[in-house]
Amino acid sequence: MAITLTESAASHVAAFLSKRGKGVGLRLGVRTSGCSGLAYKLEYADEVRPEDREFESHGVRVIVDPKSLPYLEGLELDFAKEGLNEGFKFNNPNVKDQCGCGESFNV
Amino acid sequence: MTLFQISEPDESPLPHATRRAVGIDLGTTNSLVATVRNGSPVVLPDLEGRTLLPSVVRYGEHRVDVGHTALARATEDPGNTIASVKRLMGRGIRDLADDRRYPYRLVEGEGMVRLATRSGIKSPVEVSAEILRALRQRAEGSLGGAIDGAVVTVPAYFDDAQRQATKDAAKLAGLPVLRLLNEPTAAAIAYGLDNAAEGTYAVFDLGGGTFDISILRLSRGVFEVLATNGDSALGGDDFDHRVFCWAIEAAGLPPLEGADARRLLTRSCEAKEMLTGHDAAPIAATLSDGTRIDLTLTAETFTAMTRTLVAKTLVPVKRALHDAKLAPADIKGVVLVGGATRMPQIRRAVAEFFGQPPLTNLNPDEVVAVGAAIQANKLVGNREHDDDWLLLDVIPLSLGIETMGGLAEKIVPRNSTIPVVRAQDFTTFKDGQTAMALHVVQGEREKVADCRSLARFELRGIPPMVAGAARIRVSFDVDADGLLSVSAQEQTTGVEASIVVKPSYGLSDAEIARMLEESFAHAADDAGARALAETRVEAERIAGATESALAADGDLLDGEERAMIDRALAAVRTAVAGDDRSTLSAAIDALNEATAGFAARRMNRSVARVLSGRRVDALG
Repeated sequence: MAITLTESAASHVAAFLSKRGKGVGLRLGVRTSGCSGLAYKLEYADEVRPEDREFESHGVRVIVDPKSLPYLEGLELDFAKEGLNEGFKFNNPNVKDQCGCGESFNV
Repeated sequence: MTLFQISEPDESPLPHATRRAVGIDLGTTNSLVATVRNGSPVVLPDLEGRTLLPSVVRYGEHRVDVGHTALARATEDPGNTIASVKRLMGRGIRDLADDRRYPYRLVEGEGMVRLATRSGIKSPVEVSAEILRALRQRAEGSLGGAIDGAVVTVPAYFDDAQRQATKDAAKLAGLPVLRLLNEPTAAAIAYGLDNAAEGTYAVFDLGGGTFDISILRLSRGVFEVLATNGDSALGGDDFDHRVFCWAIEAAGLPPLEGADARRLLTRSCEAKEMLTGHDAAPIAATLSDGTRIDLTLTAETFTAMTRTLVAKTLVPVKRALHDAKLAPADIKGVVLVGGATRMPQIRRAVAEFFGQPPLTNLNPDEVVAVGAAIQANKLVGNREHDDDWLLLDVIPLSLGIETMGGLAEKIVPRNSTIPVVRAQDFTTFKDGQTAMALHVVQGEREKVADCRSLARFELRGIPPMVAGAARIRVSFDVDADGLLSVSAQEQTTGVEASIVVKPSYGLSDAEIARMLEESFAHAADDAGARALAETRVEAERIAGATESALAADGDLLDGEERAMIDRALAAVRTAVAGDDRSTLSAAIDALNEATAGFAARRMNRSVARVLSGRRVDALG
């Protein structure tokens, strides 16, 4: 299963990357954290490591390390605005439950 | 629901640990707030999309207005509308040579002048705090939570009293101040001059009502202010006023007052702004008596009528250079700050004086706030890209502690630059637990058995509480030499235990590489193992809770019910010993179901116990 970006997320990522002036794409990942389980990583990627898996969505390269992939299969990354605040949202079909604000989750 | 921002590689924050940092330009005329988002500095707008907040506070009949709403009422309620309060910060009434120009009433106060308003006597600190509070609220709305740290800018010439007053205002507004930053230094940081070659720079700041020139010297990444000078009564407003006087003369009008004067002044300001990109601008207005004004101002005329004002800015520039014992040719770069520096005649004059074009590619209104935001972002620990990477050492493998189920909980991720401090809260697993064993491990694998053990220690003296109530903060502190100290502190009593280890000791590069490769190869197994271990922990918790409930209230059950629960409990115990997560999950669900009725009866009994012996009417 692939990892995808919505069109809005992809255009924002592309704009941020060009503003930043370097980077090959977007790196998504998870790491273990606290009692609530797992937490997302959302970072610029400056390099693709040999073990990485790669996806492409609306022209943006999405890079995932092999350890994180089992938790992210089928993920869709969206971009949302809520009042003054704006940012990315993870729509992850693997998530069973998450903490109130969605920063950490369980599979 | 949290909205995520993109971090720099290996710098994703821990959940609930995103540090919200802002830079604030608390200006005489306007104030702004900026932050670093998705790796780039941005100025935060209000709901109407405006980034500038007029530094104006009005004490109304029922409420305090700040910004545009206060400014709009300034002429009708001048005595209670405080503008330019920055000029009063940390000043005594005797420091203010010309108090007549303030439309509000000043009174003497301890340490600092006070303002007599409808809402009582206010200090300049309180008035500034209203402006900062409005910016704080805007930032919290934009960033989705409380601000962890702010850098507030002050003029380079501010003395200790003025700086302390600014700090106090921020504190009063509920903003944690990381530090104050000189405005010219902030502008230089926004232009990235702190990463540029060493040398001497000039910052030319022409605001709405004040002019400041600062000469900075950059050496080893640190800015030193060599000299400052300026004119506290010279700014963009004076250029508006020149246009206004020209228009009255050109249209042959008598001196204007009230609404007519305001209208023509606004048109004059608009014409000034238009001339930045055009050769001519119209000034058209209809006065209250029906007189129609229809003029065209050319750039040439505008430049000619403001020539003396432009020349006036160069006087303090020369004085500042003289004080720093420098010539214009010694200046390596010139930064322009303040909206008024958009005027082409200013840019030409600066370029001619210094013999080089000034830096203009950033928005001059925003450059100070942007520099402050970059600094704040660094100070709270959200590192910026290209940050002296080569000078810093990194941790080769993640550091963490063992949690229930034999899982390794990573606290300091691999590749963190040192020195680094990270903390995480843990809790107790059993009711009345008074001690906790801490096992410090290193490695990328999920199971402790697959990681390297570094040290063990115990935290004793935790006050007895129900499981999950205690908060034990475990801090990892790796110093610049790679020395790791781990401490655990129970948050209510403060009891603490700690240990010091040197994590890199005895690990060769080859070993580190092997440990990393293994963690990649076992990714899927590890994910499964983690899930199983977590389910086991859950099973143990439920089984334990059921057993203690049976011991306490077992008499509520008849033989058959008891047998059913015992069977479900035994099934969980058997499944815990096995390796099949789905069987274990099913056994947990079955036990939950079997004990549902029992739990309800226990609840009723405890309610009955609390209520027994009390009359119903005593409960109301």
